[in-house]
Parts: sequence; structure tokens; C-alpha cells
Amino acid sequence: MSSWLFAQYPEAPALADVLPPRKARGKVAMFIHRYPTIVIGGVLLALVLGMAIFAPFLWTVDPTALAPAKRTRPPSELYWFGTDMLGRDIYSRVIFGTRVSLMVGFAVAALSSVVGLFIGLCAGFIRWLDTVVMRVMDGLMSIPSILLAIAFMALLGASVQNVVIAISIAEIPRVARLVRGVVLSLREQAYVEAAIASGTRVPLIIWRHILPNTLAPMIVQATFICASAMLAEATLSFIGAGTPPTIPSWGNIMAEGRALWQVKPFIVFFPAVFLSLTVLAVNLLGDGLRDALDPRLAKRI
Amino acid sequence: MSAPALLEVNVLKKHYKLNSGFFGGARGFVYALDGVSFTLSKGETLSVVGESGCGKSTLGKTILRLVEPTDGEIWLDGTRIDNLKSGQLRQMRRRVQVVFQDPFSSLNPRQKVRDIIAEPIINFGLASGSELDDRVAALMDKVRLPRDAMMRFPHEFSGGQRQRIGIARALAPGADLIICDEAVSALDVSVKAQIVNLLSDLQDELGLALLFISHDLAIVEHLTHRVAVMYLGKIVELADRETLFSAPHHPYTRALLSAVPVPDPSIKRERVMLKGDVPSPINPPSGCRFHTRCPFVMDRCRTEEPVLRPVGPAGQVSACHLDAA
Repeated sequence: MSSWLFAQYPEAPALADVLPPRKARGKVAMFIHRYPTIVIGGVLLALVLGMAIFAPFLWTVDPTALAPAKRTRPPSELYWFGTDMLGRDIYSRVIFGTRVSLMVGFAVAALSSVVGLFIGLCAGFIRWLDTVVMRVMDGLMSIPSILLAIAFMALLGASVQNVVIAISIAEIPRVARLVRGVVLSLREQAYVEAAIASGTRVPLIIWRHILPNTLAPMIVQATFICASAMLAEATLSFIGAGTPPTIPSWGNIMAEGRALWQVKPFIVFFPAVFLSLTVLAVNLLGDGLRDALDPRLAKRI
Repeated sequence: MSAPALLEVNVLKKHYKLNSGFFGGARGFVYALDGVSFTLSKGETLSVVGESGCGKSTLGKTILRLVEPTDGEIWLDGTRIDNLKSGQLRQMRRRVQVVFQDPFSSLNPRQKVRDIIAEPIINFGLASGSELDDRVAALMDKVRLPRDAMMRFPHEFSGGQRQRIGIARALAPGADLIICDEAVSALDVSVKAQIVNLLSDLQDELGLALLFISHDLAIVEHLTHRVAVMYLGKIVELADRETLFSAPHHPYTRALLSAVPVPDPSIKRERVMLKGDVPSPINPPSGCRFHTRCPFVMDRCRTEEPVLRPVGPAGQVSACHLDAA
């Protein structure tokens, strides 16, 4: 049957007039030009990440060292961000607190994305499972996520690992629901039917046609989850149901500074600024990624 | 047609269950296909025409086994394919391919053109390596797409070019039968003509059978050999092109034909106007399904369902009581 395939056809003329070749520009310059939000968010996040990794080398002292004689000092050359009511250096605490926030944010985003993706794919592809699983997810979603996290923390006890688990459980239904919705709309797409008609097996259809098109909304959702997990961690720590007070985290610092915030606002101010900037960076990155990952939205080509 | 039938469809039915909700009990059925029979020979084009909602697309999808038939038989080249299990079904899929209506949703936006066309070839293990590249290139030449389009994404193409990509994909596994589900309906008139001509050229060369699902009678008249007219899940008339367009028998066919625009305002035509809408396929009318809108309705039509019977030369069949014995 393949005899017709060869030779008798001349090559069609090139597309030159219709699609002009892309202009050559410096790769880095082009990337910054096309995706400014990714660059800004990415750079900010990289800075925060660097802070977390190199915390001991950033002119910090032991963040847990008590110095009762030097309580609630305002910011100065010696104590850049001041000291808290136990005399601990807030600068060091904030820098070390970055570790907890980022770890919780990334771990929750990864865990809830993977589990939610799996549940969503199953629900979207297996009809009888759909009703059961999604009703359970709806049930979980009807409980305010922070309350759910508090309940789990009360059950599991305070540790960073348990914070991750507790927040993840609250976030999984959101991912699962998103993925299921995307899968349901994708499997009705003509190109999925065409793939079935051309003999593609189901695992490959999921891998090649469903997953890549699920990824863009997933990544946006993951960055949102990452940001909200950091906030949730801070909230849990703030109300004393999160990271144990021995580990410096932004939520803990703010919780401890709460009583004094009218007279010594800097105790709350610095961790709050870092938290806000980090959340902003993650959100900017997610927003930029959504544009970059959608080939149809590739505007300035 | 004396050639042996490539595709034979026998009393094919597809009833969609209407779920009432929580416990999934059936409230009723949508009679999308209700006993459709026809044959299609090698190298022949059969057009299926009808209003929207009459079951044309369901027919195509059922033959492709994208939709499971409720009842009836589908034979492809002497093999019954309506009850094949997954392994054999995959082998059958190599021979029956599809071109969809919407050239924008029928191509995965994240695949390069090369990968789209190569997918069926790889699936059926027909070629690999440089042979695969040659084959994709040859297919692109065949549908008159430039080879440098291979590494581009679908969104970089126009509707007509995308439809060519879709046709190349359908040709890729060397299919005998291509189902064109409104394949040109979404295109501009000039592009439409190009694609239709491409399809008939390819048919002449490769001996393809085409099942051309359309509501556009002008296009159908241009490229088809035979025409099946569907109304509410049934074929009401089936004839070769010349007979159907010159001497339609069924009143519905006549109404359809009289609705085709003629590009000459001085020609006075007698329009057969139909009253009302297509009845719901959930509760199709008793007797002849067309009796609610037929200008020639008789008492018999309301109770007795007409069957397809020969009404003219060259195998014209029509399901109508009009001037029947």
C-alpha cells in the first residue's frame, strides 16, 4: 500500500510568505521580553530560596539564642530587624524561618498536586468511581480548610511534617476537582477521539493528550496552593497549632510579636513583609507560567 | 454498484439512555440511530445528509466504534466489527479513519504536526526511524502541505491547512474507509472547494471509500456517488446522486433539495416549505416519523411505519407510503 507514498509528488513550496521565520534575538533577552512576570517572580523566589539555603552564612546568629537582657530592641546596626521579647535576633529568625515556609509551600504544592492529579485522572476516566470520589471531595471541601488543618494538627501533634500533611489534605480536593473538570472536557475533544480512532492505547492517550493539556492549569493551581500553604502555615503557627515554637517560622515570629505589635510593630512587620513578598513571587511565577505553557497564548512571537 | 461491499451496516441502532440523576435510572432513550442499513463499496463515496440532530454524526462515530452501538451489525470487508474486543478492534481501527468537522479542536495543540501525523503510524508499528520521517513527509506532500510545516504547532496554521493535517493523519495508517464528519462545514467557501477536491483526488488515487457526513447539499452533489437522506435516526431515502438530485421521491428529500440556494435570482422555484421543527428523538412520532411535517400526510402515515422500498431505477429506495400499493 505504500507505493503511492513515494516519489510521484513534488515537494510543496515553502511557507515563506505565510509564516515569516522567527527573528533571531538573544535567548535571554527574548525570554525576559516575552515573560516579564516569570522573570520577576523567578528572581524573587530564587532570592528567597538562596536565603533559605544559605541562612547560616548570611551574617545570622543562632536564631534560638536567648538574651533576656536585650529584649525588644528596635532595629539597629547590631540587630538589623531588632530583637523579640526573649532577646532573640529577629533578622536571624526571619532568615531561618524562610526554610520552614518554603519547605511547607513546596511540599504541600507537590504532595497535593500529585495526589490530586491522580484522583482527578481516575475520577475523570473511570465513570463509576467519579460519583463516589467526587462526593467525598465535595465533603472535604465543605469544611473550611483552616479548620480541617487545625483538626488534623490536633490529631497528629505539632511538627513541620504534620503541617504539610494537614494542609495537603485540605488542598487535595481543589486539585482533584480541577483535574477532573479538565479531563472531562478534554476527553470529549475531537483530537482525543481521533487518537482513539487511530489506535492509541488509553495509557498513551492520558500521557500524550490529556496530561500535557492538564499541566498548565495544574501548575497555576500548584503555585496558588504553594502560596496559600505558606499563608496557612503562618496562620496555623500564629494560632499555635502549627510549627512547634522551638522552630523559627514566620508565623511563629508574628504570633510571638502579636502582643506587642502596637508598641513594637517591627517584630510583626519584618516576617510579614517576607511572607507577602514570597507569596507575591510565587503568584507572579504561576501567572507567567500559565501564559508560557499555553502555545495559543504565545503572543509576541 | 457491483463491487463487493467494503462496509455493510445492518439495522444499526444507538439509543442513548437519559439518566434521571442520582441513581442512574433511565428516564427514557434518545433514539439517535434507529435501524440504519446501507452498504458502501471500495472507492465509493456515500454521503449522509440531514438536519442537525438526525443522527448523522452518531452514525459516523458508531462505525468508528467511538460510540458503542445498541443493536445491529457493522461489517467491514467481511468481518463483523461491532462486537470486536479491544485487541482486534485496534487492528480494525487501522482501516477506518476519521476527519472531524472542527479543524481547531481535532488537533492536539501541544503536538507538533509531525507527531500528529506520525501517531497512527507508530501505533500500528508501520514504520520507524528515518522511514517514519519519509512517510510523514510523503503524506504532507500528498495533502499539499509544505514540509517545513512539520515542526510547527497546529495553532500556526489556517483552518484549511489544519484540515489538511487532519486528512494526512487519517491517511497515515493506510485506511480503506475515511469517515468525513462534516469535514468541510467549518471552512470558507474557497477553502472548502480545495479540500473537497483534495478528497476526491485522493479517493481516485488510493481507492478510498468515503462516508461523507454533511448538511451541505451543494458540496454533496459535487463529490458523491450515492446519497442517504436521514431523518430522526432513520434513512428515509437512498439513491445515486443523479437520481436523488433529479428525481427525489421522499417528501423530506424534496423539501431539503428545494432549500438549496440557487445563485440566480431570476429562476422561480417552487419551495417546499416544512412546518415546525424536527420532533424530539426522545419521543419520535408514531408511524412515519416525518408525518408531523409532511405536506402529503395520509391517515396511514400516522399509524404504519413505512419501510425502505425500491421506487426508481438504479437502486433508489425510499421509506414513504406515497403512491405505494
